[in-house]
Amino acid sequence: MNETGPAALYRSMRLIRSFEEQALALVRTGEIIGGTHPYIGQEAVAVGVCAALGPDDQLTSTHRGHGHVLAKGAEPRRMLAELTGRQTGLNQGRGGSMHAADLTLGILGANGIVGAGAPIAAGAAWAALRQGSGRVVASFFGDGALNQGVLLETLNLAGLWRLPVLFVCENNGYATTLPVEAAVAGSALGRAAAFGIPAEQVDGMDAAAVHAAAARAVARARTGQGPSFLECRTYRYEGHHTMERRIRLRYRSTEEVEAWRARDPLERTAGLLAAGQRAAIDQEIAELIAEAVEFALAGPHPDPAEALKYLYADGLLPRPGHPVEVAR
Amino acid sequence: MTKLSYAKALNRALADELARDSGVCVFGEDLGAGLSGLTPGLRDRFGAERVVDTPLSEQAFSSLALGAALAGMRPVVEFQIPSLLFLVFEQIANQAHKISLMTGGQISAPVTFVVPGSGSRAGWAGQHSDHPYSLFAHVGVKTLLPATPTDAYGLLVSAIRDPDPVVLFGPTGAMGVREDVTGELLPVPIGAARLHRAGTDVTVVAAGHLVHEALAVAEELAPEVSVEVFDPRTLYPFDFAALFASVGRTGRLVVVDDSNRMCGLAAEVITAVAEQGIPLRAAPRRVTRPDGAVLPFAIGLDRAVQPDREQLRAAVLAAVQAN
Repeated sequence: MNETGPAALYRSMRLIRSFEEQALALVRTGEIIGGTHPYIGQEAVAVGVCAALGPDDQLTSTHRGHGHVLAKGAEPRRMLAELTGRQTGLNQGRGGSMHAADLTLGILGANGIVGAGAPIAAGAAWAALRQGSGRVVASFFGDGALNQGVLLETLNLAGLWRLPVLFVCENNGYATTLPVEAAVAGSALGRAAAFGIPAEQVDGMDAAAVHAAAARAVARARTGQGPSFLECRTYRYEGHHTMERRIRLRYRSTEEVEAWRARDPLERTAGLLAAGQRAAIDQEIAELIAEAVEFALAGPHPDPAEALKYLYADGLLPRPGHPVEVAR
Repeated sequence: MTKLSYAKALNRALADELARDSGVCVFGEDLGAGLSGLTPGLRDRFGAERVVDTPLSEQAFSSLALGAALAGMRPVVEFQIPSLLFLVFEQIANQAHKISLMTGGQISAPVTFVVPGSGSRAGWAGQHSDHPYSLFAHVGVKTLLPATPTDAYGLLVSAIRDPDPVVLFGPTGAMGVREDVTGELLPVPIGAARLHRAGTDVTVVAAGHLVHEALAVAEELAPEVSVEVFDPRTLYPFDFAALFASVGRTGRLVVVDDSNRMCGLAAEVITAVAEQGIPLRAAPRRVTRPDGAVLPFAIGLDRAVQPDREQLRAAVLAAVQAN
């Protein structure tokens, strides 16, 4: 049974926030190449949903996946080692920010293609039904995915076959720079309703509210009542990608960002904690992150001769090309 | 001794694997009805829970199969027309193929994608007549193109048992091929070529239904020309060692390939032989679809852009007579 009280929810959100702040710092210093898609502001969604999942349950994530992966229990230090491209990373430096996965924790992978995780989640859920495992699968995606055909196809199959999936739409208002009002005809909830899937909207800045809604959905899935759909209204404080800072992209007003920041999910949950509790958690997480940075940066870089290792599960080695000489 | 057809061989391979391994399941359209010949009788025998008739949602059920594979099952996905592979290139090439490497080897994706009826279907025109095996070989997805019923059986069995994603193309031109079968049908290893006919003057590399054209040409030209017919059977991985050995013996190379010329399989075969430095007694030749071909509807036009027996015979004679 997960801890779902305010202290546990706050701790998990604090971990994600601090991890992300540290990742931003490492992007600035060049330790993380390629940048990241920061999750800061959306922590309540990952934490609320994952608190409703059991250890055997699974999830698929998005290109903005750090929060989901950490909330499901991935080790921060191995996650940071992955982001810095180290052999000691979750994916041995082969996946990076957009593909972080820990299969032992049921994390089937973040995904660089919008909407692509949904049918994978549905397939794992289909297998769970066939295997009688009682497993539930959460599929995270953003508002941008609402317009991807494959997501709509997946909603149809999940509704038709009553798959134990929890579709979690993190509506942060923007698909890269395109405002949701300029992108979505109808509504997120309407998408689900069209396929007979129970849907509700929840305040994505409130971890307890997300958790309560997710717990209801997981219970429905677990008892054979099929998929559910949650639209979590949330916001990312940072850009779509860290590259935005460099090119000074502007598509949101300062007032809009500040208005959402005033509803910060960490502050909201921290208000429920006993005196001193927050400081103790903050201190614990700060130490954890400092240790993670040390672990990540001390890790060895993968051997370039093994650049295509793991391409095939049966060990098939591709012919050497240029410039990589695959060791034989 | 019984006559085994290509379509029946695929059907039997699937039935045997469904019976052998409870993790094997099939997704596709019209499977219960057995419309494209892969699944007749299988739903009745194994149930609709394992032989799953899907709505028309190729992208979703292709990745749904991947998700099921990640959860420990061994799904087979059937596509009724080859061009649907363009629709699901994202799901096969960008998702299933990449997940093993991207996760640092944490998981593999044993999904088999089967297209019974690839290539021209005579009169099915532009969007139903592609034969896109070269695309998958280029990406590095394991790509199988059996020419005979026993190879179709053996390669489909191997594909289902393989831990990685595999695409198997059953060429329309081979679906009607029948073969006398005695004894047990066996798995065929992925990556092992087959010499259908030994010869000393020229190696003809042919795959899929074109193997039968190559054998016919070899028969026609014998005994004046001794043609070796080399069938890679699997295009990725490709049995280059066997290819080099054959071309090393004959010193001449002709490739017949039902994909477009530019960046196609024939280009790769010839380049690989050239790179290997195998001395050739004549310039290598290839018979392919034209660059960037799209099959037109009228039957004369359809045939005009496909490699055929006449072109192959001319190429073989030109190679042999060059020196």
